[in-house]
Amino acid sequence: MKITKDQVEYVAHLARLEFSEEEKEKFTIQLNNILLYMEKLNEVDTTGVEPETHAIAIQNAFREDVVWESLPPELSLANAPDDSGNCYRVPKVIE
Amino acid sequence: MGLNELTIHELQDKIKKKEVTSTEIVTDVFKRIDAVEDRVRSFTTMMKEYAFEGAKKADSEIGKGNIRPLTGIPIALKDIMCTRGYRTTCGSHILHNFVPPYDGTVVKKLRDEGAVFVGKTNMDEFAMGSSTETSYFGVTRNPWDLERIPGGSSGGSAAALAADECIAATGSDTGGSIRQPAALCGVVGLKPTYGRVSRYGLVAFASSLDQIGPFTKDVEDSAIMLNAIAGYDPMESTSVPTEVPDYRSFIGKDIKGFTVGIPKEYFIEGIDAEVDAAVKRTIQVIEGLGAKCVAISLPHTQYCLAVYYIIAPAEASSNLARYDGVKYGYRSTDGRDLMEMYKKTRSQGFGPEVKRRIMIGTYALSSGYYDAYYKKASQVRTLIKRDFQEAFKTCDVILTPTTPTPAFKIGEKMDDPLQMYLSDIFTISTNLAGIPGISVPCGYTQGGLPIGVQFQAGHFQEGKLLQVAHAYEQHSGIERRRPKL
Repeated sequence: MKITKDQVEYVAHLARLEFSEEEKEKFTIQLNNILLYMEKLNEVDTTGVEPETHAIAIQNAFREDVVWESLPPELSLANAPDDSGNCYRVPKVIE
Repeated sequence: MGLNELTIHELQDKIKKKEVTSTEIVTDVFKRIDAVEDRVRSFTTMMKEYAFEGAKKADSEIGKGNIRPLTGIPIALKDIMCTRGYRTTCGSHILHNFVPPYDGTVVKKLRDEGAVFVGKTNMDEFAMGSSTETSYFGVTRNPWDLERIPGGSSGGSAAALAADECIAATGSDTGGSIRQPAALCGVVGLKPTYGRVSRYGLVAFASSLDQIGPFTKDVEDSAIMLNAIAGYDPMESTSVPTEVPDYRSFIGKDIKGFTVGIPKEYFIEGIDAEVDAAVKRTIQVIEGLGAKCVAISLPHTQYCLAVYYIIAPAEASSNLARYDGVKYGYRSTDGRDLMEMYKKTRSQGFGPEVKRRIMIGTYALSSGYYDAYYKKASQVRTLIKRDFQEAFKTCDVILTPTTPTPAFKIGEKMDDPLQMYLSDIFTISTNLAGIPGISVPCGYTQGGLPIGVQFQAGHFQEGKLLQVAHAYEQHSGIERRRPKL
């Protein structure tokens, strides 16, 4: 087994997801199959090979630090599930 | 024959000669939508009123003699592109009510060229899928056979176009999401070079792979659409500031003296016999046009799928971290504190395939596994890219099948993620290497399902790609069919 049910629970927490027991069982099997397939990559000798991050090599895209038009607060908040004043409101964070 | 059945360039000619108005075109498009949409289900949101307003505006511009390349042409937008004032769902419950406060660059560019938008098209949730079955808004059907999938993730755009519910459409392609549905629906689909088209306002899936491109009824229209959307954008720092040629100037040029590479790794066991035969006939047509077809090798092809299904989910797990129920989209009201709110929002808001990929990606990036998965995959990606660099030293373009099989049945692969992933086996390498690729119709199965051939070229060589694709299209000898709906 590449991944156990305990690990699935740990990764789910990192990803801010939760699953039913049934989903956990199913995901453990499916993720195992997928990760086993990934083992194929171990056949390839990558000693000294640089990892590719972007297909086209580009430098940092700098620009002048000038003020331009930005979204006004009412538009920024227009899609908020819950807001108050000029802020997003969320359930309490501190006990 | 309705005006909705014509191409962009055919309609442009008629508009210029004052034979038709944009309002007449849009009227025919919506007549067709009213007639077939309940069976095909290509769209998530219709923009009928907006389309007729746009047509009126276009007709007024035409009256003044102000005709841009897309003036008055009805176009469908994949529902992954932000449209100011019109909801952009990405096929997900978590964005089902999201109304963007701004337009994406491609949307703005198309509008500036005179296009009229008819609606937002259905897609696999967050573009994760190959069949448009993972959409929160239901399954889109293949117009050639309503029991079959249209491909994905841009299945709604491909189906809408094949069903003549629009004149052209946009899509996004992370591992084949334009080319694969184009092949399965019998239309032309182009994925430009990484960095050729701005992604500002495109909902991000895998940022090192995503690219926007057009769905069109023929290759000339593909060039017209690419002319409209290509170019550097200061709002998108991975768009590349290289010159944009007039892609239409490559249309109609012959391909005598071209060298076309045929990679042996793409003609494998398991490929459908009718697909194999159709693609091999394409090679004969190409040779008949004076191009030389040569056998080449892309030795790391067999690793593309494994590399992709590490890199794409890893990037997705990071990109999709933003959906937390705070600033926009769905929020669960079940959570008692912030952590519970996050978890319940995301667990209720995302579908199973999206969760599966977030889990794979989070695992691949987690402490202790990064080197074994993400770093290893990125190194093999370098080798895949080098394969193409070597190949393009000896050939102008590469020819392959677009997909291993024609459209499969709805539900057939939903319980087996790996089988579903395999339907992208011929399109993924293009994204990993960042090169452009196009799928062009190359025949039909006995059962009447479309088959596509794929051409790939070096970085920023879309001109060559369109040149070969157009030459082939003009001489393919394939009768132009329409799905019976």
